[in-house]
Amino acid sequence: MKTASKLFSPGGDKMKRGRLISFALVIAAYIIIEILLKTGNLSSLFKSLLVPVTCYVVASLGLNLNVGISGELNLGQAGFMSVGAFCGICVSGMLANTITVPVVRLMIAMFCGACLAAVFGFLIGIPVLKLQGDYLAIVTLAFGQIIKSIFMNTYIGFDADGLHYSFVESKFKLQPGGKMLLNGPMGATGTQKIANFTVGIVLILIALIIIYNLMISRSGRAIMAARDNRIAAESIGVPISKTKMLAFVVSAFLAGAAGALYGLNYATLVPNKFDFNTSILILVFVVLGGLGNMTGTIISTIVLLILPELLRSLQDYRMLIYAVVLILIMLVTNNEWLKSRVKGFTSGKAKGGA
Amino acid sequence: MAKLPISNLPIAESAQTDRLKAAENTKQNGKAPVLDVQELGIDFGGLTAVNDLSLQVYDGEIVGLIGPNGAGKTTVFNLLTKVYKPTRGKIFFDGKDTAGKSIVDINKAGIARTFQNIRLFGNLSVLDNVKTGFHNVKPYSPITAILRLPKYYSAEREIEEKSMELLKFLELDEYASVTASNLPYGAQRRLEIARALATNPKLLLLDEPAAGMNPQETEELMRMIRFVRDHFKIAVLLIEHDMKLVMGICERITVLNYGMMLAQGTPEEIQSNPEVIKAYLGE
Amino acid sequence: MQFLSYLINGLGLGSVYAIIALGYTMVYGIAKMLNFAHGDVIMIGAYIAFFALARFGFPFPVAVLLAMLVCTTLGVVIERLAYKPLRQATSLSVLITAIGVSYFLQNGAQILWSSSSKVFPSVISAGSIHLGSASVSYLTILTILTCIVVMICLTLFINKTKTGSAMRACSEDKGASMLMGINVNRIISITFAIGSGLAAIASVLLASTYPSVYPTMGSMPGIKAFTAAVFGGIGSIPGAFVGGLILGIIEIFAKAYISTQLSDAIVFAVLIIILLIKPTGLLGKKINVKV
Repeated sequence: MKTASKLFSPGGDKMKRGRLISFALVIAAYIIIEILLKTGNLSSLFKSLLVPVTCYVVASLGLNLNVGISGELNLGQAGFMSVGAFCGICVSGMLANTITVPVVRLMIAMFCGACLAAVFGFLIGIPVLKLQGDYLAIVTLAFGQIIKSIFMNTYIGFDADGLHYSFVESKFKLQPGGKMLLNGPMGATGTQKIANFTVGIVLILIALIIIYNLMISRSGRAIMAARDNRIAAESIGVPISKTKMLAFVVSAFLAGAAGALYGLNYATLVPNKFDFNTSILILVFVVLGGLGNMTGTIISTIVLLILPELLRSLQDYRMLIYAVVLILIMLVTNNEWLKSRVKGFTSGKAKGGA
Repeated sequence: MAKLPISNLPIAESAQTDRLKAAENTKQNGKAPVLDVQELGIDFGGLTAVNDLSLQVYDGEIVGLIGPNGAGKTTVFNLLTKVYKPTRGKIFFDGKDTAGKSIVDINKAGIARTFQNIRLFGNLSVLDNVKTGFHNVKPYSPITAILRLPKYYSAEREIEEKSMELLKFLELDEYASVTASNLPYGAQRRLEIARALATNPKLLLLDEPAAGMNPQETEELMRMIRFVRDHFKIAVLLIEHDMKLVMGICERITVLNYGMMLAQGTPEEIQSNPEVIKAYLGE
Repeated sequence: MQFLSYLINGLGLGSVYAIIALGYTMVYGIAKMLNFAHGDVIMIGAYIAFFALARFGFPFPVAVLLAMLVCTTLGVVIERLAYKPLRQATSLSVLITAIGVSYFLQNGAQILWSSSSKVFPSVISAGSIHLGSASVSYLTILTILTCIVVMICLTLFINKTKTGSAMRACSEDKGASMLMGINVNRIISITFAIGSGLAAIASVLLASTYPSVYPTMGSMPGIKAFTAAVFGGIGSIPGAFVGGLILGIIEIFAKAYISTQLSDAIVFAVLIIILLIKPTGLLGKKINVKV
């Protein structure tokens, strides 16, 4: 699928400016929110949104690397988040008595989650990247569903005898005093909530460093070249599958880290949380933020996650309004006639005001 | 295009001396050809697109591949660069059989090409298009890039310098930061050449480099092709319909017709070959 | 003969998938877009049929016709308002818009009819006929027959009528079709109308098989049918038919012989394997890029 006509141009200065803006944005947002937290000006609703928003930002940034920079539609990003989440929860659960400092345990859990997701990304990437366009997209969708189904049938726990796992509930037994980590469709229960907002912000910064350092490099040029013209890229010696694989694996790695942070922010987490709709949600953040535009992705993820909360007073109508907003944004940004209309309207208004 | 009279075009003075030089350097020294195509053929379904084609290109030579539309010229390029697998025959490059190599391998081995229908990386800047060409010339790992190890800086500096140098040679330096898809047509063709040269080839394949150019631009292009050959010491095989260009810079010419070789020789020989004239002018 | 009854039940489920998949594949073939809102059109159809039967007590055929009428109109309206302005846009933008339409329909249904599920009345007699030791319900037989009739009608329409050949022309090359005097916009509208009408038929069969109607009921069958369309080679009408049937059979067999919970995983795993062996699906055309 040719994903976009107007992509973020990586031409040296422009991209470096984008990098600066996105870093500044994240740090500024962090400072403002910390001040609001310290002065007690943040409602408990917003407080509860802080960590999930950072998780989704990281997953969206990863997906933008895949969809915007590499140009391959991925409909299974939530699958990688769930791999990271449940791996992170298990690691944290197992280390609970060994490593008592929560931040250190959180870091280790996130790193393990990210690595396992990257391994999944690599294994899934082998068949997926042989395909092209919509066929590639449907296979990522299929893998997302498969990962969800597998977690819904996974039972993991540990007791005095060590770690136990099974895919059949009836065969799964723990000694008395053992701890259940994953309980099939019920997911993870009784997780220690060790996630925090500062770690989330650090994760966003790390994600931005990884993505921009990759984009402004040999590998990044190869990824974008393969997206813009596959045949020409091959003709100058860029191996397409390897290049696309790199973007796919890094994207999965980031989603895994984000998933682990997300999982460790809640006491319970069901596998159904990371279904097709979550993948689509992340894709919407990426497309509305602008393909290949990292700053835009950060902004759109934050706005679109907070918007439904702000519309809470409208109750049932909020998701309906959300849907209409989504459609209207796509129409206005993609239809020449509507675009010129909106431009004429806003500039006319500006003139009237002056 | 097929009706173009080719018999009385001027053969450039400089080209003639080049030719003599080239002949001295290569054949007479008994050197092996850089590209040696033997009885090459390909069928698509029941249709034979290229058949029994033998062709040699020596170091430092500029060779033309001409023929009426549909004669199979671009197919030959696609065979040489492994886009298609040949049905019959062999291709030796640098003395080695290229059978079983991939498109990427063949570029690493030293064949670079341009495309008839321009294929640039449209969203990348002109400079980044050329930089991408250094993919296998100056490699470093993604980890080096992410961690910004010292090797990243040294490699990138060298890539940047060499890319700018290539852009200067092809008079594209003023466009360095322009997005490739916004370039004027002639500059896009030159950018394809610059990008191909970045891969450090021994043989450059140019597919209709002058298509869509005005006579002045074509003149300029001829000078550039000659310069590229001399400066980088590479062989050039080019497909072109513009006979002024072909006769002006090629030392040897191969004529294809219906996928078969019709004639081979110096521009003078080709111009006076009755078979060729018949193929071009029709009966 | 458990096997035989599983096979026939699989064909029944597959027939529903096939009818939905036809909608996906026709729209893809002609408008080159993945219409993710297709599953939600099915949901609307199911609600219309439900109200016609349960609230107004209309006879079954009238309820089906009413559902078809509403869905066809809905399909055309959605195409006009949401997709037509995006003819020149990237396929990803259209995909996001389709997702927006899907959210809109689901949440609209939730506001109008609440999120609790409604029980679809059983209109087809619960009896069954016996083939040897296997028993097959009337509903399954009706579903399979409907699918066959739909397939025959659609094939005749595509191959024998003027509109049908215009549709084939559009799927080959829209630009050339326009130059030949075909009103491409009209053809796309007709395609959406047919696809949505088929969705209405599928909705009644689906709601009769699994008798609960709720706002997100279309999502999973939608994804499955889309998978079936890709399975058979998206854009290919016989492909959607074959893909739907195979998918239904695999699903029922996986549930019966392997695991109920893992049946979805198995269906998708088979899809992946098929695509690796035949990257454009069972009956899809190979795409050649000219260098």
